[in-house]
Amino acid sequence: MASAYEPWNEARGAEIIAEHDKLEGATLVILHAMQEAFGYVPEPAIPMIASALSLSRAEVHGVFTFYHDFRHEPAGRHVLKLCRAEACQAAGGDALAARAEAKLGISIGNTTADSRVTLEPIYCLGLCATAPSAMLDGRVVGRLDEARIDALVAEAQR
Amino acid sequence: MKMRIFVPRDAGAIAVGADEVVAALEQAADKRGLPIEIIRNGSRGLYWLEPMVEVATVKGRVAYGPVSPADVPSLFDAMASNGPHALRLGLAEEIPWLKRQTRLTFARCGVIDPRSVKDYRDHNGYKGLERALTLTSDEILADVTASGLRGRGGAGFPTGIKWKTVAQASADRKYIVCNADEGDSGTFADRMIMEGDPFVVIEGMTIASIAVGATKGYIYIRSEYPHAVAAMNAAITAARRTGYLGEGIVGSSHNFDLEVRVGAGAYVCGEETSLLESLEGRRGIVRAKPPLPAHKGLFGRPTVINNVLSFAAIPFILDNGAKAYADCGMGRSRGTMPIQLAGNIKNGGLFEVAFGITLGELIDDVGGGTASGRPVRAVQVGGPLGAYFPRALFDTPFDYEAFAARDGLIGHGGIVVFDDSVDMAKQARFAMEFCAVESCGKCTPCRIGSTRGVETIDKIIRGERTSENLAVVEDLCNTMKFGSLCALGGFTPYPVLSALKHFREDFGPAPATLQAAE
Repeated sequence: MASAYEPWNEARGAEIIAEHDKLEGATLVILHAMQEAFGYVPEPAIPMIASALSLSRAEVHGVFTFYHDFRHEPAGRHVLKLCRAEACQAAGGDALAARAEAKLGISIGNTTADSRVTLEPIYCLGLCATAPSAMLDGRVVGRLDEARIDALVAEAQR
Repeated sequence: MKMRIFVPRDAGAIAVGADEVVAALEQAADKRGLPIEIIRNGSRGLYWLEPMVEVATVKGRVAYGPVSPADVPSLFDAMASNGPHALRLGLAEEIPWLKRQTRLTFARCGVIDPRSVKDYRDHNGYKGLERALTLTSDEILADVTASGLRGRGGAGFPTGIKWKTVAQASADRKYIVCNADEGDSGTFADRMIMEGDPFVVIEGMTIASIAVGATKGYIYIRSEYPHAVAAMNAAITAARRTGYLGEGIVGSSHNFDLEVRVGAGAYVCGEETSLLESLEGRRGIVRAKPPLPAHKGLFGRPTVINNVLSFAAIPFILDNGAKAYADCGMGRSRGTMPIQLAGNIKNGGLFEVAFGITLGELIDDVGGGTASGRPVRAVQVGGPLGAYFPRALFDTPFDYEAFAARDGLIGHGGIVVFDDSVDMAKQARFAMEFCAVESCGKCTPCRIGSTRGVETIDKIIRGERTSENLAVVEDLCNTMKFGSLCALGGFTPYPVLSALKHFREDFGPAPATLQAAE
């Protein structure tokens, strides 16, 4: 299956680090850039970042593992994030999340066996007045109901 | 003449089809051979009417909404002929929901093109900065202090005092940091203003830099807000190009530049010291205070760190005077608050109003009750760390002190409405669970207390030794409230204890003694 991301490549990793390593407090910026290029933060990138920023491997690993955004392995081809916070709960988000889980046959936080869809929770997209909300591969969707969640799931499975 | 049509680029409008409406409008224009100009404005905050499309007429902008792509052909003809249409709302400025607000901070949001410095200037933009450049640091600080502005992130600390502390500190470098890590569910005012009027945030931060002598600023935006990140970056580029950022701001001797940094999905980074750690490239672990960020903030330098809405309130204050701002409000809560109505609500959106309006007016009158049509049972004010209030407390005025007196908080001004299908034991459990997941782990009450809290509430939900376990939850909450380093652990007891206090019936049968006492 074709991926939107480049495969890990050390030279490319070094290039990404060099683009940002002069910034103040560059660690998060570099981790974001790695994930944008490769779809996750490959393990060999950690010591490279540490050495470029004069940090210990443990420090960079600590940052990498602290934040929910950074992936340890590639996600599915499509990432469907369902808002699970209070405003979406109040608007019926729990039932829609259960519906998406049933349709995909996985629970939130997992990827389908065919690697097509990763289903994730997100805690607030700031679309609380058009709740319930979701994000499919960076595209925001509000006013979800059963028909719209079904359409989103079907789109993600394609 | 080209028709000028406004369709919001606001993420909330895009989420309900604004981009598809734009495509349909372009198609309709092509088909009819009529030239149009589409301006992607921000949202005016009437979200139940989004996508709200406006067309410029000689009398003003006429609004239509909520528009779906299927409505566009008939809508296009109605706009071209200024004729009737089922979705026609009349002049946008005259919509009662908008007209009854006091829009000081959000005056331009939804009106202007958020990528145009010229449009911003044409609508009183940069007048506050122009005046600030003629004042001394002390004069700016006096204005901000006299306005009564308090931190809009939730803590409510007087902004003028914070700035004065940084101005008086001596250091080789000082920083201005904008906290745009708007993680509270039910809040979206920061996102809206960044997407709809980003220059007001830049202007507010620039005025702060002049007041305290800082030369570099950061806007820390959460990664869940990609549209806001794009809007702020575009505005920063435009401000640099027009001399409003960089060396020698508008011909003065003052240098100031800004950079956007993107968070990585940690709720706790909305806490100011955790945010500073994150900006420095570290784990978002809360710092013990003192030292205050005003003394030792970003990279150990004196730092002004304020919420988006605090900075966004500054240009009005500098332009119109402290008194014009302070004249609004009640008690020690001066000025206006951009209140966000969310969740199960009929008319959800952004309602900027002077402090003092009651919760009941906001929910029933402004918000129109629930979207589901069922009775309102509970409202959570102030995000995941805010208390749940029942209808009995709807006479509470929107004011920092009035909410505190009833064991609640206004936080960042978000109100989430729940109807009578809500299970408050489940909501209390969620509050503890959220704290457990998002805890930075530095202090024990938050890290361990929240996990024990989830376990204990689970026992209550299962009906195991209810009264003993309720006592354990209350005890845990006390430890968290008084023993946590920051508001995450310290305020999680608000939703939990308020759910217990006001919705006791959801936590299993009450013991006989308690029933008698009630």
